[in-house]
Amino acid sequence: MENTKNKKSFSFHIIKREQTVWYKGLAIRAAAVLLALVVSGIVITLLTDKNPLAVYKSMWSGAFGMDIRVWSLFQDVAILLCISLAVTPAFKMKFWNIGAEGQVLIGGLATVSVMMFLGGKIPLPLLLIIMVVASILAGIIWAVLPAIFKAYWNTNETLFTLMMNYVAIQLVSYFLKVFVKTGSGVLFPMPEFGFPVLFGQPYLLNIIIVVALTIAVYIYLKYTKQGYEISVVGESQNTANYIGINVKKVVIRTLIVSGALCGIAGLLLVGGTNHTINTETAGGRGFTAIMVSWLAKFNPFFMVVTSFIIVFLQKGAQQVSTDFRLPQAISDIVTGIILFFIIGCEFFLNYKIVLSKNGKEND
Amino acid sequence: MKKLLALLLTVVMLFSFAACGENGSEHLGMSDAPIDAVEVKVDYEIPDDFKIGFICLHDENSTYDLNFLNAVDAIQKATGLKDEQVIVKTNIGEDDACYNTAKDLATQGCDIIFANSFGHEAFMIKAAKEFPEVEFCHATGTKAHTEGLANYHNAFASIYEGRYLAGVAAGMKLNEMIEAGKITAEEAKMGYVGAFTYAEVISGYTSFYLGAKSVCPSVTMDVQFTGSWYDPTEEKNAAEALIAKKCVLISQHADSMGAPGACEAALVPNVSYNGATYESCPETFIVSSKIDWTPYYNYIIKCVVNGEKIAADWCGGIAEGSVVLTGINQDVAAEGTVAKIKEVVKGLTDGTVKVFDTKTFTVAGKELASYVADVDDMGDYAPDTEVVENGEFNESVKRSAPYFDLKVDGITRLNEKF
Repeated sequence: MENTKNKKSFSFHIIKREQTVWYKGLAIRAAAVLLALVVSGIVITLLTDKNPLAVYKSMWSGAFGMDIRVWSLFQDVAILLCISLAVTPAFKMKFWNIGAEGQVLIGGLATVSVMMFLGGKIPLPLLLIIMVVASILAGIIWAVLPAIFKAYWNTNETLFTLMMNYVAIQLVSYFLKVFVKTGSGVLFPMPEFGFPVLFGQPYLLNIIIVVALTIAVYIYLKYTKQGYEISVVGESQNTANYIGINVKKVVIRTLIVSGALCGIAGLLLVGGTNHTINTETAGGRGFTAIMVSWLAKFNPFFMVVTSFIIVFLQKGAQQVSTDFRLPQAISDIVTGIILFFIIGCEFFLNYKIVLSKNGKEND
Repeated sequence: MKKLLALLLTVVMLFSFAACGENGSEHLGMSDAPIDAVEVKVDYEIPDDFKIGFICLHDENSTYDLNFLNAVDAIQKATGLKDEQVIVKTNIGEDDACYNTAKDLATQGCDIIFANSFGHEAFMIKAAKEFPEVEFCHATGTKAHTEGLANYHNAFASIYEGRYLAGVAAGMKLNEMIEAGKITAEEAKMGYVGAFTYAEVISGYTSFYLGAKSVCPSVTMDVQFTGSWYDPTEEKNAAEALIAKKCVLISQHADSMGAPGACEAALVPNVSYNGATYESCPETFIVSSKIDWTPYYNYIIKCVVNGEKIAADWCGGIAEGSVVLTGINQDVAAEGTVAKIKEVVKGLTDGTVKVFDTKTFTVAGKELASYVADVDDMGDYAPDTEVVENGEFNESVKRSAPYFDLKVDGITRLNEKF
């Protein structure tokens, strides 16, 4: 491609790269992050009068500045990772499940309802088991409904799952009205019915659960027959049909897995973290998770890295807006620039641009 | 030189004529605030290592939070606190994030931590128990007087007085419409966009309605709830629905520009909340009441610096400078509004005017003789305290957060779901 320079030619085409060697890939990604930092540094200096180095220092301190921040960072990574794991099997199958937000919320709503109505009436271990079952079932119902409609009547799963989000949000609103009789819409937390605290660290159990789930999902996708079926359906439904995979069954079964994992995320958020619920409990993570999953190319271990990057940026951005009294919008711009470069470099890792001579058409 | 000056003056005059000519009539603009400003007195020394942290639910894009943030700027200016001594955390949700942030601020060495949203309360209490040497102050909460923590405090303001005053301005506007023959006395119906069917909102719209009724006896009001404190689209829709139901004046208790924006588009007069929306709604904005949090900030800083105890419940009023009104938009408000409001302010401060005077309203056709409210808010939703005394519903006396949650005749709730 280095010999195709031709001053008269402006046409180019894009071709897919062969597998890039790992160190080259790593170098390109590192360069992209570095470039992103430089560009956002310039933007910061142009928009405000702040020193970009001080801004990066503040970002770092937002994520690692003190013990509580580090724990909170890993807690948020765990939750985002859990939801990313949940959406992955569906996306790998090319089932566009953008309903994770609602599936998480409904899992949380099921958890909080169990805590409200059974809390204190039955022994805590039994209560916890019922919370787990209820949240998983609720998540499954929210995910499997669009899957059944897709499998049997070929409805559009993107719209269906999206709409289910709104239903879940409104249900949370409705039940808050029913649960809280003063009408304030704020449910007082019930930490006494929450997860046990391990070693005095409230987030530790959440983190351990998500680590276990990460390994499980990796094994499920990579080494099981069901995981293989998911890849085949994702690559080509015709191939899947041809080799005798029951596509309907795979779609429904995969969404059961997806929904169950989302339900668990809701359980962790309510039972393990907040001990209450509001319409913001999922906080847009259901959508961010899609980016995490795609950026990691559906590999659960890469997702640890991508979800970490995103949470790190969020925490850092928030600290920047606190330290410099800047509107959060500025930090969001910086986050946007960094993500733009990270996603952009994926393109250059997968494809290369070849300038071609005038009149010489390929293909 | 003289010639030049004369020329300059001529040009200036020409321009000012042009400015008047544009709209055909003279632009009167905003009046001065009808309530005299109360000076923030800083009569104490603040040590250099003093720190105060603020936790806000949203950021400056929400009128509710902006009101708190403006007060932060005001107190910083008044006290000369340095930027390092004032830490502001915005966009902190009503969940574990609030507890984390409070802990973060306490670890950074804050002497006072203040949170601004009702849902922050449980998480503030949790942090307060862990950091007994730090003072935790919470706006709009209800638990301080029963929680029994020495370092946890609630605060509010008798904003129902501010709303009553804004209601007077609304009533006068209705009278003007009736006199001009635009509507009949029976058609004097106001619309109100509320967030939740919660005492804070009910107390707010009822005092607004009673203010209007005090000058325009035939007034009625429709209330539409949105089920959210901040939802621009829902608030806009609610305001539009009310306008379609022939409400001739709109007010709101929700935190976005949704309702005032819809009013400006439909040219329906609007009484705002949390601050002036005059800039974006010059054709319809009448007046806005708001809570100024600067006096409370001043009070808690003074207490901590002087080693005094902070009250478990603090409710600021007009005298403290906590309840304030913006200027009145004289292009929209009825003539004489400023004078009338000044008169009512005097009545409220000397006690001759009472907002919830039981003689001025009825509940289910009857005068209110007794009402037992759920003041302790222990989660039992059971009434516990008699609040009607001496012919008045005593709002914000038994605790700082409002507890008036009655259905007064003349107000129709269009939806009850929230």
